[in-house]
Amino acid sequence: MVVAETQVYMPQAPRTRQRLLEDERWLAFVLLVPTMVLLGMFIAYPFVRGILLSVTNSRVGVPGDFVGLANYYKIWNDGIFHTSVYNTFLYTGVTTVFKLALGLWLALLLNRNFRGKAFTRAFILLPFIIPTVLSTFAWKWMFDPTFSVLNWLFYHLNLISGRINWLGDPDLAMISIIVVNVWRGVPFFAISLLAGLQTISPELNEAAAIDGAKPRQRFWYITWPLLLPVTMVVVLFSIIQTFADFQIVYVMTGGGPANATHLFATYAYQIGVGTGLLSEGAAISLAMFPILFLVVIVQLLYIRRVEVR
Amino acid sequence: MMKVTRRNVLKSSTALVGGMAGILATGRAPAFAQGTTVHWLRWNDFVPASDTLLRREMLPEAEKALGVKINFETVNANDLQPRITSAIQSGSGPDLIMLNNNHPQLYAASCVDMTDVVEPLAKAEGAHYALVQANSNDGKKWISMPWAIIGGMIAYRKSWFEEAGASSFPDTWEKYREVGKALKAKGRPIGQTLGHTFGDAPTFAYPYLWSWGGKEVDESGKVVINSKETVDSVKFMTGFWKDAHDEGGLAWDDTNNNRAFLSQTISATLNGASIYIESLRNPDRYISEKGAQLKTDILHAALPKGPAGQFSMHTYHSHVLPTYSKNAKAAKDFLRWAHSKPVYEKWFVSQKGFATPCTPEWEKHKVWTEDPVMEPYKIAGRLARTPGFAGPADAKAAEVLSKYIVTDMYAKAAQGMPAEDAVKWAESELKKIYV
Repeated sequence: MVVAETQVYMPQAPRTRQRLLEDERWLAFVLLVPTMVLLGMFIAYPFVRGILLSVTNSRVGVPGDFVGLANYYKIWNDGIFHTSVYNTFLYTGVTTVFKLALGLWLALLLNRNFRGKAFTRAFILLPFIIPTVLSTFAWKWMFDPTFSVLNWLFYHLNLISGRINWLGDPDLAMISIIVVNVWRGVPFFAISLLAGLQTISPELNEAAAIDGAKPRQRFWYITWPLLLPVTMVVVLFSIIQTFADFQIVYVMTGGGPANATHLFATYAYQIGVGTGLLSEGAAISLAMFPILFLVVIVQLLYIRRVEVR
Repeated sequence: MMKVTRRNVLKSSTALVGGMAGILATGRAPAFAQGTTVHWLRWNDFVPASDTLLRREMLPEAEKALGVKINFETVNANDLQPRITSAIQSGSGPDLIMLNNNHPQLYAASCVDMTDVVEPLAKAEGAHYALVQANSNDGKKWISMPWAIIGGMIAYRKSWFEEAGASSFPDTWEKYREVGKALKAKGRPIGQTLGHTFGDAPTFAYPYLWSWGGKEVDESGKVVINSKETVDSVKFMTGFWKDAHDEGGLAWDDTNNNRAFLSQTISATLNGASIYIESLRNPDRYISEKGAQLKTDILHAALPKGPAGQFSMHTYHSHVLPTYSKNAKAAKDFLRWAHSKPVYEKWFVSQKGFATPCTPEWEKHKVWTEDPVMEPYKIAGRLARTPGFAGPADAKAAEVLSKYIVTDMYAKAAQGMPAEDAVKWAESELKKIYV
């Protein structure tokens, strides 16, 4: 009898669903589903829609027909598009160099010990925290053609005798938006690089100092190589963000004067959303994609090489 | 407080994902159950008192009279086009959208026929001005309901012009340039935007082009902008800009010249009457350098004559009713109510002449006799041409206007591009549109 009772004591067979989730591959898949759905809805779907739109002659409210690569051909021959491409590279290149140089300098300073360190570090982030549109409006007023506070200041310091036409002159307008982008981007570089600096063991620097390495040598042979992987990631993010920048130019110049400061994003917006030529707008904004894709590939390969080394 | 469990989070995210999938599948934003609401989108009026009047008095009256709720929203006029594009594409948004000039032509395929609202009104008030018909009618039907014309005239400082030797406003571009040169030398330049902005930029650039005999296209739609007349106009503009204008104007929108004039840094500017009206509303805030109220030193004049004559283009406002609207009947009823004489008159009077109604009937209104400074605006509707002249003000002309091609032609020359190249650039842009 006793034997029979032990036979009855059998664990209940688990239901199929539970068994599936016990399999790590299925569990991983189930856990990934929400992310995949979100990425699909907000990244892949708009991207594919954008591609489909760019090969039609669709306008606002008119679905349009398939026209192949006609829109790409059209923008290829478009002078304003050429200006936008040139501007985007110039804007991204110049701002990235300045943001990296100033950000690194700031990070090195913030990495030192001084009174009010925590407060200063928090304060540095301010340009990054304020909503871009608001801070850009403040800059727009500072560069205002008539009431520029900068002109007022320079005039009263006897540096200028007439007004500087910040946003009305194509070159000065480009410089103005570059200044604002650098101002806004430096904190991101500074804080990210500061985090990178703090992972570098101080002993390395101390040992080098004992061996007679001067500060400049310690920076080039110890700090910089160890900081490089972080720097590359920060630069990568910044390039992508800057390349696709919209807010600063839209608020400051709207792409003007006479289309002189358009970037990919602002020109795509003017054509697609402003004028309602959706397919052309999509083609302009997609023209960014291969370039950004290349930047990402090159930088990721570089980062992998650095990490393997 | 609800306990956040994994089960709850999963449930809500599933619902969210399901909901989003539904929106994507139908291509429509969710509609929430409610009583009839008419969502009315307009610009931020340059006469703010009119928006206040609408919000505080007129719309509550409309709600009572029509039994619907009116959701009144105002935005910067330069944002109206992006708003209608996104509304039409997403299939949801305001029921009535104000648009500038011939922009309704760009959205004609997605807007409700307004003939049944426009024609009874035209029967009662008399036919609309030609410019109204050209902008709002596509030849078959009314695609938008005419609202008002914002007359564009040059507001100028009478005493400063007299000091520069002009006892009356210069009637030709040459004379205007001479006076402007003298004024700029005294630090009182002419202010004119050549930026990407809806009103003051095209209402200057287009009539200026026409006054020299230049035009975008001929009657058959052939691009004819690259002509001797256009090149002459651009050449003159280059010197005129340097000699007489505030060069910051390349970066101005429609508000900058108001601020510059009221702060007395410019002597003249093409504008609606909003500068003068603001000086009337706050007489003690704006005082001239001689201690007089600024309003006593402002006069209005039409743009000067060129070799081919004297022309004008006024900013024109009308309302479209997109086909996605579920409240088309209520929206049309609201427009009928808003255009009924006593209601519209209340709004028109609050504008003090800034807006000119769309039929000649209103030229007799006492608003025009109350203040002689405003009188030039009375007949704004009679004399204006529309974008795309000598062709129709159709969708192609609206695309040229939306891309600011004519304005940019002058802006490029003002920035130093040779006149011939600036005209060639405009020609190539126009040819992409008029294919």
